[in-house]
Amino acid sequence: MTDEVLLSARGLTKTFGDFVAVDGIDVEVRRGEAFGFLGPNGAGKSSTMRMVGCVSPVTSGELTILGLDPAVDGPRIRARLGVCPQKDILDEDLSVEENLWVYGRFFGLTRAEVRRRAEDLLEFAQLTERRGDRVEPLSGGMKRRLTIARSLMNDPEVLLLDEPTTGLDPQARHVLWDRLFRLKREGVTLIITTHYMDEAEQLCDRLVVMDHGRIVAEGSPRALIETHSTREVVELRFAVDEQERHLDALDGVGERVEVLPDRLLVYADDGDAALAELGGRGVHPLSSLVRRSTLEDVFLTLTGRTLVD
Amino acid sequence: MTVTATPSLGLARFVLLRNVTAFRRAWILLLSGLVEPVFYLFSIGVGLGALIRTVTTDSGAVVPYAEFVAPALLAVSAMNGAVADSVYNFYFKLKHAKVYDAMLATPVSPRDVAVGEVSWSLLRGALYSSMFLAVAWVAGLVHSWWSLLAVPAATLVGLAFGAVGMYAATFMRTWQHVDYVNLVVQPLFLFSATFFPLSTYPDALQWLVRATPLYHGVALERALVLGEVSWGLLWHAGYLVVLGVVGVLGTSRRIGALLLT
Repeated sequence: MTDEVLLSARGLTKTFGDFVAVDGIDVEVRRGEAFGFLGPNGAGKSSTMRMVGCVSPVTSGELTILGLDPAVDGPRIRARLGVCPQKDILDEDLSVEENLWVYGRFFGLTRAEVRRRAEDLLEFAQLTERRGDRVEPLSGGMKRRLTIARSLMNDPEVLLLDEPTTGLDPQARHVLWDRLFRLKREGVTLIITTHYMDEAEQLCDRLVVMDHGRIVAEGSPRALIETHSTREVVELRFAVDEQERHLDALDGVGERVEVLPDRLLVYADDGDAALAELGGRGVHPLSSLVRRSTLEDVFLTLTGRTLVD
Repeated sequence: MTVTATPSLGLARFVLLRNVTAFRRAWILLLSGLVEPVFYLFSIGVGLGALIRTVTTDSGAVVPYAEFVAPALLAVSAMNGAVADSVYNFYFKLKHAKVYDAMLATPVSPRDVAVGEVSWSLLRGALYSSMFLAVAWVAGLVHSWWSLLAVPAATLVGLAFGAVGMYAATFMRTWQHVDYVNLVVQPLFLFSATFFPLSTYPDALQWLVRATPLYHGVALERALVLGEVSWGLLWHAGYLVVLGVVGVLGTSRRIGALLLT
């Protein structure tokens, strides 16, 4: 990571009619960084990504990408970006390798050049054996890897990934994360949106938490957890309807208690001690779990809501 | 064509290349656009021609009916090819396959998309008309050397219908809207002086027909295939080119408005 700022937004705003999708956010991303936008659906992450991808005009505020203004230099910026949209909009009329070739030509690359790059990227995406196949029968993970391979055809300096692993099974997610780590090692700047906290923790050096179009917190995953949550969390499950009855007994245990529809969360730096204290008070839940705090807890603390319903 | 150059226009050829690549395996589909006019040629031109024998063209020449109808059907085949591609395929790619969303994430501009897609329509128009012309020639319905110009003329028909069809498709929101296209194409097919001379109509109707695009395609093709060439043909060609340019400009604006939000 260097000090060179690749993306800078000041008061960046996007409205659709009366609806404010992005509400004056300030963001800076440096070269080589893996930067995340974490937030629930509708937080304004995708709208932000589309503005950064120069396919959505900025309503107000300032946006500079690679030192250029998207309103003036859209095509020049796009030539240096890789875009991996939320839905795999692969070309189903084309085969796997044709998808890469044709897309590469859109950047003005020569025939020989796109064939050479496609060769490497098929390898990278572990799709060499499916190269001649149609896109449609590929698995979700393969399609996503092909989308990422396609977005790398122009050897981009910045890769935009909108919800890269949404809808993928756990194994496919890990394969994908591994590929993204490699890109990061090679110096590609990653800008990622996600509503999965584990993904943000895995991939991002730094992230902003978004809610209702605003940034509510910013920092490294570790720092965010330290600032906005305790070290550990105790999850308590009670029989149906019994949760309420135990609330009073929890008073003073840990730093804070969060009530969710199906469980209680007790925030404490020492989860085991908190649990022992509860046992001493005669509180015996059906099940209990002591775990480390995650970004989910940060989000819950900041907004009072869970990230994924 | 006379589309004005923009800095990134060079990328339009890669939009065209995408279609060529996609249809390399599905070339048999391309033939479907040829079949219908050939059927009409043999049922109406040859079949009905056995009853009608000859017809007096608007320029006063007396020609066998099949030779009169063949060039009109050439224009129809170019129209059908262009409409099929620009309305149905374009609508599908725009609304369902999201092909252009992916393209616009690259340096490709809406103008490149419009020009590339219309070029493809044009190419298909040329392909259909060459094949149709070959069939008509084998059937002994083509005599003049001017007929060779019928193929470039058919690309003008492809340009006009391709561009306007695409522009119309950008306003459609459901497949039902797409089906309305037939309500436009069918009457054009039947009433553009396709099966009988323009002079059959009363004056007022003649002016109405003259205002519609397929008439100009038919008149242009008929004059070339029958060898009745005059400077007046430039008027027909001009009409088609203007329609094409307006359609391309409108389409690129609409693609921008729809996808770059």
